[in-house]
Amino acid sequence: MKTKTFALFVAPSIFMMLAFIAFPLVSVFMQSFYITQPIYESVEVETCTPGFLTQTCVTEIKSVPVLDAEGNIQTTTAFVGLESYRNVLELDRLKDALSGGSWSAVETIDFWKALRFTLTFTLITLPLVLGCGLGIALLINNASSRIKGPVIFVSLLPFIITPVIGALAINWLFRGDGILTATLEWWLERDIAMFAQAWTIEILMMLYRVWHVAPFAAIVFYAGLQTVNQDSIESALIDGASRVERMRYIVIPHLMPLIIFVSMIHLMDSYRVFEEVVGFSSQGHVISLQWLTYDFLKPDQAGNRSISRASASAMLTMIGIVVLLIPLVRRTWRDHKGAA
Amino acid sequence: MMSSVAFRQPLYLRMTSAGFLVFWCIIAAFPIFWITVMSFKSPVDAFNANALDVVFGPQTRDKGLGISIFEIALFALGLWLAAKVILKHVPHWAVMMRTSLPSALAWVVAAFGAVIALILGFFVILPWLGQMFNPWLGPLGVDIIGFTTEHYKTVWIDRGFTTNFKNSLIVTAGVVTVSLSVGTLAGYALARSGSSLAFWILIIALIFRALPHSVLVAGYLPVFINSAEFLRPILGEMAPTLYGKPWAVIAVLVAINQPFTIWMLRSFFTSIPSELDEAARVDGCTTFEAFRRVIMPVMWPGVITTGLFSFLLAYNDFLVTSLLLDATNQTMVPAIAGMFNRETTTTDQVVAVAAAVSITAPLFFLVMAFQRQIVSGLTAGAVKG
Repeated sequence: MKTKTFALFVAPSIFMMLAFIAFPLVSVFMQSFYITQPIYESVEVETCTPGFLTQTCVTEIKSVPVLDAEGNIQTTTAFVGLESYRNVLELDRLKDALSGGSWSAVETIDFWKALRFTLTFTLITLPLVLGCGLGIALLINNASSRIKGPVIFVSLLPFIITPVIGALAINWLFRGDGILTATLEWWLERDIAMFAQAWTIEILMMLYRVWHVAPFAAIVFYAGLQTVNQDSIESALIDGASRVERMRYIVIPHLMPLIIFVSMIHLMDSYRVFEEVVGFSSQGHVISLQWLTYDFLKPDQAGNRSISRASASAMLTMIGIVVLLIPLVRRTWRDHKGAA
Repeated sequence: MMSSVAFRQPLYLRMTSAGFLVFWCIIAAFPIFWITVMSFKSPVDAFNANALDVVFGPQTRDKGLGISIFEIALFALGLWLAAKVILKHVPHWAVMMRTSLPSALAWVVAAFGAVIALILGFFVILPWLGQMFNPWLGPLGVDIIGFTTEHYKTVWIDRGFTTNFKNSLIVTAGVVTVSLSVGTLAGYALARSGSSLAFWILIIALIFRALPHSVLVAGYLPVFINSAEFLRPILGEMAPTLYGKPWAVIAVLVAINQPFTIWMLRSFFTSIPSELDEAARVDGCTTFEAFRRVIMPVMWPGVITTGLFSFLLAYNDFLVTSLLLDATNQTMVPAIAGMFNRETTTTDQVVAVAAAVSITAPLFFLVMAFQRQIVSGLTAGAVKG
């Protein structure tokens, strides 16, 4: 294909990606060093209240926002360097907390709390998703072909459901004396409040995520199981390999590329954990990195959005993604060079 | 071929396997099934700690809201007929859809009509028939299960969920059309070009896919809110404020979805033999003509699958729409999250449950109709790349 025709074909797509992905990235990077604030000026205001004989007058200096000709608040943008990053990271408090040696003090700082949760969430769900996915794939593969269709249909439901709605559905099962909390209480014979402390909420969030993603892993692995070389399985059988050994030495190595693929997708997606915080309305106890940025972007009571702090936290979130992607890109580059 | 006896699993293994499979299916379906049941009960029953009370809804029944055996039978019959029609015709329609655009449009219209017929049948005709025949049927006509559709009426009629639905419809339709038309061109070119440039575009797209969406929205938000000022020098007085406009959200979601779309479509185009379009070019077609006359007729399975995933992204999105659209003019998913966080009485909670079920229902039918395409889409990226 000629370069010119190639350029014409990809141009619209590239334009969209440049305008709505690359450009915002640059602008977030810039914003994180600047801060936009309303301009305040000090005005001497004299307030008088009627009194006996003479009025009582008080003169005080108030700071009021400067308005422009149309009555809008004028703003000024100033370069503040790493100030916003400092505001997000709160390194002084972190140092105090660490020297105090108490982890719960670190947990009071939003950013570190979010980072801690995001990382634990990502690393704990990954093996669970892979394990459950492989298990379900084997079960489906083992089922008779008549029920495979309906079983796959049911399995797809948790995957296809809107993440916020899925989290809400699980939430409703446990909230208050929800049906599953009641069952657990009856079983363990003790009072349980799932939403009163952070760790139970975290467990629910992880369970929800595994429920939501395991079907995807299962379908991918199931497709991989169809292409396992039957001859090698037979030879292994003749050599006296047990069921577990055949699984371990033939099926798992065959599925390895798929396991890496699912792990990569899952790492990317669970690092962006966000919908769970909304669905479980857990912001009082548990927050994630992406939720932190979201919260800065939401207007507060006065209607202000802390854009520069959001940008700083967004850039810090990016660091994790970069770390995650470097090995992947290097591997792909080696493969590409090897193929060429 | 070795006898399959050697591969036959012992009975205990087969039983365990079947048992776990049933267990998984229950786990997979239970939350969705349960909120559906809850949404038809009055609040006291819906949040009852006793499972049987939630299913049979005695409080709801005492209020005179319930369904009889006759109505259940009628409903089951309707469902069975609908399922039969869907299972018989949808695969056939899906084949038809590959052939041409008009038949695809006809299919969309037909599906839309079927959905309206289902809603009418369930919420209007069924209660009406029940009212008419129940008194004549004796024991069959007595309400046995508490059942009410009032929460759905509250959501859709009193709370103005139709506006949110309309917004969702605009956003998803826009995202699917635009991202497919932009993505097919790029995906085709990337599949046919072996150059280093194509490789780098794909890698950068992969990096873009990993970006958290909040990072991007932090970039849009100030620009979108002040866009009227930025754009005035170019567009004059017509300069729009992009914040709160559904079509601006469409553009954003299309871009966010582009990396995934081009990767997926590329893998589909790679599976179409390049001899096809080479032959067309030998016969004197330009690249674009070859694409239009030779590739377009055979690309529909891939396009439908990719379209499904674009649909899911736009329909399920919470973060982008909730930040870039006004709180009063939301799509369905952010609207329900607002509903859930604001309301505190149990009645409002059940109304939120009904809204959640309303959002899930279209997805349920989507899986029913397009299960094969979804599965092939999930595996296409993994197995080939």
